[in-house]
Amino acid sequence: MSVIDLVPYEEALASYDPVMGLEVHVELGTKTKMFCGCATVPGAEPNTQVCPTCLGLPGSLPVVNAIGVESAIRIGLALNCDIAEWCRFARKNYFYPDMPKNFQTSQYDEPIAFNGYLDVELEDGEVFRVEIERAHMEEDTGKSTHVGGATGRIHGAEYSLLDYNRAGIPLIEIVTKPIVGAGDRAPEVARAYVAELRELIRALGVSEARMDMGQMRCDVNLSLMPKGADKFGTRSETKNVNSLRSVERAARFEIQRHAAVLNEGGTIVQETRHFHEDNGTTTSGRIKEEAEDYRYFPEPDLVPVAPAREWVEQLRGELPELPRLRRQRLQSEWGISAVEMQSALNAGAIDLILATIDAGAPADQARKWWLGELARRANEDGVELAELPITPAQVARVSALVAEGKLTDKLARQVIEGVLAGEGGPDEVVAKRGLAVVSDDSALGDAIDAALAAQPDVADKIRSGKFAAAGALVGAVMKATRGQADAARVKELIFEKLGVTPE
Amino acid sequence: MADLIRYTAAETAKAISSGEVSAVEVAQAHLDRINAVDEKVHAFLHVDTDGALEAARAVDAKRAAGEELGPLAGVPLALKDVFTTKGIPTTAGSKMLEGWRPPYDATLTRRLKEAGVVILGKTNMDEFAMGSSTENSAYGPTGNPWDLSRIPGGSGGGSAAALAAYEAPLAIGTDTGGSIRQPGAVTGTVGVKPTYGSVSRYGLIAFSSSLDQGGPCARTVLDAALLHEAIAGYDPMDSTSINAPVPAVVAAARQADVKGMRVGVVKEFGGEGYQAGVMQRFHESVELLRSLGAEIVEISCPSFTYALPAYYLIAPSECSSNLARFDAMRYGLRVGDNGERSAEDVTALTREAGFGPEVKRRIMLGTYALSSGYYDAYYGSAQKVRTLITRDFDRAFGDVDVLISPTTPTTAFPIGERADDPMAMYLADLCTIPSNLAGNAAMSVPCGLAPEDNLPVGLQIIAPALADDRLYRVGAAVEAALNEKWGHSLLEEAPAL
Ligand SMILES: [Zn+2]
Repeated sequence: MSVIDLVPYEEALASYDPVMGLEVHVELGTKTKMFCGCATVPGAEPNTQVCPTCLGLPGSLPVVNAIGVESAIRIGLALNCDIAEWCRFARKNYFYPDMPKNFQTSQYDEPIAFNGYLDVELEDGEVFRVEIERAHMEEDTGKSTHVGGATGRIHGAEYSLLDYNRAGIPLIEIVTKPIVGAGDRAPEVARAYVAELRELIRALGVSEARMDMGQMRCDVNLSLMPKGADKFGTRSETKNVNSLRSVERAARFEIQRHAAVLNEGGTIVQETRHFHEDNGTTTSGRIKEEAEDYRYFPEPDLVPVAPAREWVEQLRGELPELPRLRRQRLQSEWGISAVEMQSALNAGAIDLILATIDAGAPADQARKWWLGELARRANEDGVELAELPITPAQVARVSALVAEGKLTDKLARQVIEGVLAGEGGPDEVVAKRGLAVVSDDSALGDAIDAALAAQPDVADKIRSGKFAAAGALVGAVMKATRGQADAARVKELIFEKLGVTPE
Repeated sequence: MADLIRYTAAETAKAISSGEVSAVEVAQAHLDRINAVDEKVHAFLHVDTDGALEAARAVDAKRAAGEELGPLAGVPLALKDVFTTKGIPTTAGSKMLEGWRPPYDATLTRRLKEAGVVILGKTNMDEFAMGSSTENSAYGPTGNPWDLSRIPGGSGGGSAAALAAYEAPLAIGTDTGGSIRQPGAVTGTVGVKPTYGSVSRYGLIAFSSSLDQGGPCARTVLDAALLHEAIAGYDPMDSTSINAPVPAVVAAARQADVKGMRVGVVKEFGGEGYQAGVMQRFHESVELLRSLGAEIVEISCPSFTYALPAYYLIAPSECSSNLARFDAMRYGLRVGDNGERSAEDVTALTREAGFGPEVKRRIMLGTYALSSGYYDAYYGSAQKVRTLITRDFDRAFGDVDVLISPTTPTTAFPIGERADDPMAMYLADLCTIPSNLAGNAAMSVPCGLAPEDNLPVGLQIIAPALADDRLYRVGAAVEAALNEKWGHSLLEEAPAL
């Protein structure tokens, strides 16, 4: 394969309009699988959450998980979709060792939800409407681990291990209509869409939508058409792009690659491509010489799904506030900018901040801790903010201790550190580490007397009106109290003792 | 005691519950019979001697403890090898599953066990229930007890032959296009395809999911009804299972009265291709019903002409998908895994070696019919025909209570005669297929021997969905009248083995 000289991004966008299609798979967080009663606990020993049905044993039959259907409808409603009055499952037939029946129970031309949209907000506050083609229900496959090959793929592997715990876990596939008109902001739109979708899924409580754990997986389809053209070009399909940043990078890379091929008079091959996290490039996967024929037909082992209208309306009435509207409300309540709100969103901090406020902290303090110290720690440790071993209630407690004057900002950071290190709750850490502010005036009085006695010249300067000289005495007191005194109070007490009143 | 094998299921259950005989004695008598004749008949693929005796002992223990026994407790049964039985080999007549011991019981298997039925073993069948002669079994053909050189019908030839050879008083079959009724007809036994969805398919190795239906096989209509009530009923493990009360088929079999019923004769079934002796016995049955007080009406169901081609698109389409799971990965046969070949190659080699020619033919037909560009013309059109056939039935049942026809166009043909002519073989199911496509209920009951070959002829009775009880009313009336006329049941005329 020849190395392509990518066309600079701006240059590519000067000649071409990108057209994108995004396909997102969301693993639902149901307690049982889509078509059997098996558990879905993550990280279980391989092949311990299986039964005749999800192993595809001869004679076994599927039964639809009602919660799976309900979740699909709620997702459809939140995406402003129409909900089918009657729809069926279909079999998608193809052979693959990690698919126990060698067909996937999915939906074909009768999806449960269709014709919707999702408004997404870009960094600068611009709103872009992404239209939704459909959302449909299907089951996940098992998981193959290919051992011994260079690439981790099946070809060239010495042997493969199959874990069917994942087989039959409910998936919702959400497919956009072609996204046109995003121009040079296409990669940003792609990222913002996936981010917004993730927020939506979490707000609905149907999945944690952790991209790093494969609970949400994105395929980026992209093509270019010359500016002014109205016919879409040939697309590439970049599979399993598994972080927000990668979604944006993959789209950007493909724009540059397509432009390079087209500029040289070449043609884009319709193919599957793999994205590489390490260098942000894509490489060719399987070439689709002809469209794969999945021989879809209605699943005869399942009866049609016909959600009653009253039920659908009830679910619509129970939808939570949608994330973007909620963010708008919070932004104005908190009095912050769109950019600040965006960074809270990107950090996954909004719910944590809210919970901290609910636990009694002022909004600015809650934001300060989660977006400052804690965001930095999460970043260092490579974990999600919510995974840090500290609760919103604990953050609120630290904030309260500061407000009460019992902790300085600096001490508070040490308390947080202690909590994160597993030393206990904030009060426990304060006690164990002896971090409380020394505000007992009599205790401070002794330290101040000692400082005045040690530096009589400084005391004289202050008495003569050179108030700034007090800094040296404050420093001495702070040193004596190992930083646990409130510097401002120390200063007050010094002036009081010397009988001066600074302006 | 030698007569134990000739008892009906009803008589056997009564004898056991009254203490006249023990369940173990009954089981042993049938195991002995199997030992004596099955080498010739080859009705069984696997005989579970230990399991049968253990189940029989459990029934005897229950009786000894004074517990109440169900209406079939202790009655032996031959189970078609297409239902899973935990720990007991289940092959579906295929090399693909040779030696497979399922880790779970089919719902039907579980219900039989709960009813105290003694499962003697698993019966021979056309591979994956595809065939009308049991010649497509990977384990060799079954002989028809009336003439061992002839076929016992199919796909459930083993179950029907076990009944006719007195190896078991009850058997289970599955009927996708006639696989219970056609073997019943050619062996002089009773076979019922219940309404689609009334007997759970959980654990029934699928051939064609929208057509497959398990059902009872017996030597008498009453026995079939007793078995019907034991196996039918809602099962949450099968989404297509009907959540409705099972019709009172036992009461209907005891009623055995057709006075005032309107009986429709399907005009389309008869004429060219139908054996003269079959039509003769059929016409006599029509007259018999008239004499018993039924009103006879001729009914036209024009769409039935298209039933066979529609069936041979729908069934293969579904089977091409249902049988995709046999890929050598998790269970069953694995061929060519030498450590060098890819999974894909091993799957291909295994399917090449494990499936017989008829199964391959249908997988290819179905794969083609579902292909993009052909789907509408084949699978789509077949579904439309299916709707038309259902409408023909609806119209007919607006006028009559049941429909009747010959079960099969001919009596049992010689083994090998149609083996190389799939089209001739497919014609055996001409009269039975419409009920599978429409999902209603149908029965085959013996109605005499064809004069030209002295082989059994079956009368097919068809009832609307969920009106299975009508089959038993009519079937039992015909059976009683004919037995009275002959002075014995038809099977008494079968030659000794
Ligand atoms: Zn399972």
